Amino acid sequence: MAEQPAIITDPKPAPMRDERLAHQSTLRRMMARPELGAFAGVLLVFAFFGTTAGNTGMFAADGAMSWMTVSAQLMIVAVGAAILMVGGEFDLSVGSMIGFAGMMIALPTVYFGWPVELSVLFAFAGALAIGFLNGLITVRTGLPSFIVTLASLYILRGLTIALSILFSNRTIVSGVKEAAGDSIVTFLFAGTIGNSFFVWLAENDLIDRLPNGDPTVKGVPMVIVWALALAVVAHVVLTRTRLGNWIFGAGGDSNAARNVGVPVNSVKIGLFMFTAFCATVYAACQVFEFGSAASDRGLLKEFEAIIAAVIGGCLLTGGYGSIVGAMFGALIFGVVQQGILFTGVPNDWFRVFLGAMLLVAVLFNNMIRRRVTAER
Amino acid sequence: MRQEDEHVKTGIVRRALLAAALTLPFVGLAATAHAEGERFVFVSHAPDSDSWWNTIKNALKNAEKDLGVTVEYRNPSTGDIADMARIIEQATASNPAGIISTIADYGVLENPLKAAIAKGIPVMTVNSGTAEESKKLGALMHIGQPEYDAGKGAGERAKEAGVTKFLCVNHYITNTASVERCQGYADALGVELGGQMLDSGQDPTDVYNRVKAYLTANPDTDGILTLGPNSAGPTIKLLRDTSSASKYKSFISFDLDGDIAQAIKDGIMEAAIDQQPYLQGYLPVVLLAQYARYGVMPANNVNTGPGFVTKANIALVEKLAGEYR
Repeated sequence: MAEQPAIITDPKPAPMRDERLAHQSTLRRMMARPELGAFAGVLLVFAFFGTTAGNTGMFAADGAMSWMTVSAQLMIVAVGAAILMVGGEFDLSVGSMIGFAGMMIALPTVYFGWPVELSVLFAFAGALAIGFLNGLITVRTGLPSFIVTLASLYILRGLTIALSILFSNRTIVSGVKEAAGDSIVTFLFAGTIGNSFFVWLAENDLIDRLPNGDPTVKGVPMVIVWALALAVVAHVVLTRTRLGNWIFGAGGDSNAARNVGVPVNSVKIGLFMFTAFCATVYAACQVFEFGSAASDRGLLKEFEAIIAAVIGGCLLTGGYGSIVGAMFGALIFGVVQQGILFTGVPNDWFRVFLGAMLLVAVLFNNMIRRRVTAER
Repeated sequence: MRQEDEHVKTGIVRRALLAAALTLPFVGLAATAHAEGERFVFVSHAPDSDSWWNTIKNALKNAEKDLGVTVEYRNPSTGDIADMARIIEQATASNPAGIISTIADYGVLENPLKAAIAKGIPVMTVNSGTAEESKKLGALMHIGQPEYDAGKGAGERAKEAGVTKFLCVNHYITNTASVERCQGYADALGVELGGQMLDSGQDPTDVYNRVKAYLTANPDTDGILTLGPNSAGPTIKLLRDTSSASKYKSFISFDLDGDIAQAIKDGIMEAAIDQQPYLQGYLPVVLLAQYARYGVMPANNVNTGPGFVTKANIALVEKLAGEYR
């Protein structure tokens, strides 16, 4: 047993080994990645529901689509929260931003008669401006972003309610679906892709069919496409570009980063804008899927986004984390949240189980990471 | 003798076992003929903090016991209707024998509920929403209280008492059903609703002071309608604090709780409109279970309200308030 590892790790003589570098096997390097714990958590969660809810329809096409949609939705904001946390800041206004952005789309469309495309552009521009303000106030005043964005949480939620009452005299603004018709934005945020593929799957009895012959799942909803696209972009930027190094630098030690010439302030402001952008994508997907904006949309989603990022291995102190991890975190949260419903746990106990499952996933994740990286 | 005894005994045991083995399949058959143990999902729009739904939860528990079925009660924890849509999608995927849902927002819930129906799952609507919306969805039945009619019923009582100018304390102005209640009341009196509906907010201190301000500014008001415990409680307190209950010819509230029951007993409040939520929980489960077993379903919608609770019947109601009433 003792000699075997030596044979495997060092099959041929390595003449130019730098003795200053500790030797690490590929396996060990892989295990030390921040997303590892979250990946293990995902396996654990699937094992749990595979045994407790395996035959309840949770893993049938429409059941799977149900937890994938919820996960994807959360993933959209979790990606923003994760990259901002790596950059050393928090945004607690994400949930309120979702509600506000939804109103920025619905109100002009329904009450001012703007073309829906223009309303969407307006919402994105408005959200980016608010993100810019959040960032600017944070970097200029040096106040913790926790406090600054907590203020935005209240201001934006309040504005959402006040403006919707002011213009429409109600807090649910519906009629967006009718106003949008078959505009490109409807497809962009609420369409489905791969529809013919699912019809083919149903025809070959690979997925269930409705009594009228349609497949139980029409296609992949755009919310999933957005989630994956945002995640890929954020992941590539964070791990493969100079900007990514700047983000790690700004979050790890902003003074040191400044001293070596990283434009820390611009990086942070940009990250706040990206977070607001993600929240607006979330809002747009909901508004166009359900055809309405409501002033209570997105309540508490900021915490879910941060939880997903932390499960995914982001440190609350900044400078460490990964997008892939946040994706796994969002997947854990979505699967647990919907999966519990499939197991038929009584509603009164729902939150206890949700909390317990999350705690187990995080503890497990943490344990694996410590054991592997030998952190203290 | 002993040996024989042993033989007889084993013989009896054997025969008993054989009999059991023979009858077991029939027991099984009998059970499948009734197909007991169906699973239903009840989806509400209420946030976790809404205690009014406790009555419905108790009704579901009773229905489970009485019928030998399971009912899962589900709700979006923050009351976000978009989350409610996801819960309905999840429920559809789990292939229950029936889904019971409120129509809190037709636009949002239309697609998920229609998808459930398209999958062949029987759907019933309860509580929020109208009979027309329920029909448009293709649901089997709507069980609830027509809000406009309930408000009108209260208005008719007020008219009998001689009310001419009223105040409708609305603590839930964002809900269209709440406005219909005030409108029905106004129509029964034959007056314009106009500014007589007050947006009181939910906070007890706010409700108290806004009602106080309104009644001070409009001293000729002689009728009050509150839309539920949230607006009734502070209004009752105000009338007690100012000993001004006798000034109002009619004070009626929607729904019931301890404060309202006490106010009825004390003669401060004339009546409470009870939509009998117990029935909104119990009936759909009973009907869906019979539908799943024998394919029978009444053709009409069911109005569980308005029932009026007055001094005459308060004793029984009060004993069960919050639990079954």
